[in-house]
Amino acid sequence: MKDLVTLVAEHPFFEDLAPAHLALVVGCAQMAVYKKNDYLFKYGDDAAYFFLLRYGRVALELTGPGADSFRFQTVGAGEVLGWSWLFPPHQSQFDARVIEDARVIRFDGKCLRAKCDSDPVLGYDLMKRFAQVMVRRFADTRLQLIDVYGKQGR
Amino acid sequence: MASKAADVIGTQPLLPQPWVVSEVTRETDDVVTLTMDPGSGAAPMVFRPGQFNMLYAFGVGEVPISISGDPAHEAQLIHTLRAVGFVTRALCALQPGDLIGVRGPYGSHWPIEQHAGRDIVLVAGGIGLAPLRPAIYHILSHRDRYGEVALLYGARKPDELLFPDEFDAWRKAGIQVEITVDNADACWEGRVGVVTTLIRHGRFERTAASAFMCGPEVMMRFAAQELENQGVTPDKVFVSMERNMKCAIGLCGHCQLGPEFICTDGAVFALPRVQRLMTIREL
Repeated sequence: MKDLVTLVAEHPFFEDLAPAHLALVVGCAQMAVYKKNDYLFKYGDDAAYFFLLRYGRVALELTGPGADSFRFQTVGAGEVLGWSWLFPPHQSQFDARVIEDARVIRFDGKCLRAKCDSDPVLGYDLMKRFAQVMVRRFADTRLQLIDVYGKQGR
Repeated sequence: MASKAADVIGTQPLLPQPWVVSEVTRETDDVVTLTMDPGSGAAPMVFRPGQFNMLYAFGVGEVPISISGDPAHEAQLIHTLRAVGFVTRALCALQPGDLIGVRGPYGSHWPIEQHAGRDIVLVAGGIGLAPLRPAIYHILSHRDRYGEVALLYGARKPDELLFPDEFDAWRKAGIQVEITVDNADACWEGRVGVVTTLIRHGRFERTAASAFMCGPEVMMRFAAQELENQGVTPDKVFVSMERNMKCAIGLCGHCQLGPEFICTDGAVFALPRVQRLMTIREL
């Protein structure tokens, strides 16, 4: 069975992370298992963690009183989930519900923020990694918004 | 790959042949698959995956529609079309036993046989799965000729997915079928997100893959970019373009895109030939 250091190092999100930084981030990490329909977090929760998915799938949803959930994205193995831990007010902006049993590596946001503050090189590295994820997700969201499969589509 | 206008002129290319609708399958709210048999005087049709026919709704008009059936079954012609205008609405309203005018097949085809030995990535968006289905059937019939085969399919909503009953059979035959929708309610347990996300996670050898794409042009532009980001070179990417074709034999110019006639130079193009054209608003 692989140890936590190996699992973090092998995850695409942390590809080529410097060994010294790897040790730092692993110090804030633990493995966790979530069953189908568990929530990793809900809208308005303190954004205490972010997650690297190793297996399974998580749906990101928005909902309101008496309304069905609107599922706008799913995240699967090899992807990262959660960046609200990095930015004030450190609150989750939507629900993250497990739709396929998930094995994740869960990172304590407060622990990692403290390490980033004291090691700006680590902080910059992490910020670049999350910025890349954000840029991709914004591009994906634009494509979703223009409704390419609507009537104007083929 | 391309057919020449001269090849088809002289065979009465503007004269539709009568075919008889034998089966109508409602795929989604506005998409119908018509299965047709040759009518009186019409011959079975030999076609290549990716080619299209001009379908004539008598008294209404004619539209170009890609063939969505198995190229190995010449005696039966299958088209999948969406009701978006007068002609397609009339065609979608046809019933078994009705006559339909057919002329074709026209245009270039997916050069799938030339890419034997490579991994194959099929990227489909919305009704764009229909023109790719003949290529899937071809691969299924010659599965040992290809490496990994991945179908990456995106649709607007779960109930707008085409051919869902065939996905399991395709998977069992060794095709990786990955599906995503743009939005869904909580009943949908599959992926939600744009089709480009599937390209990032598809299991294929990036430097040994050839890609065949069909869907809205905006989707294909972004998918082509993502394929290139992943290491698939543009010369190994093929796209099917759509324009308002009238004659289908390269004479009238209705479907012209810059220097290209979509009906005869395409509809399937190697990406480098049309990549720049796909970004020019004035065209």
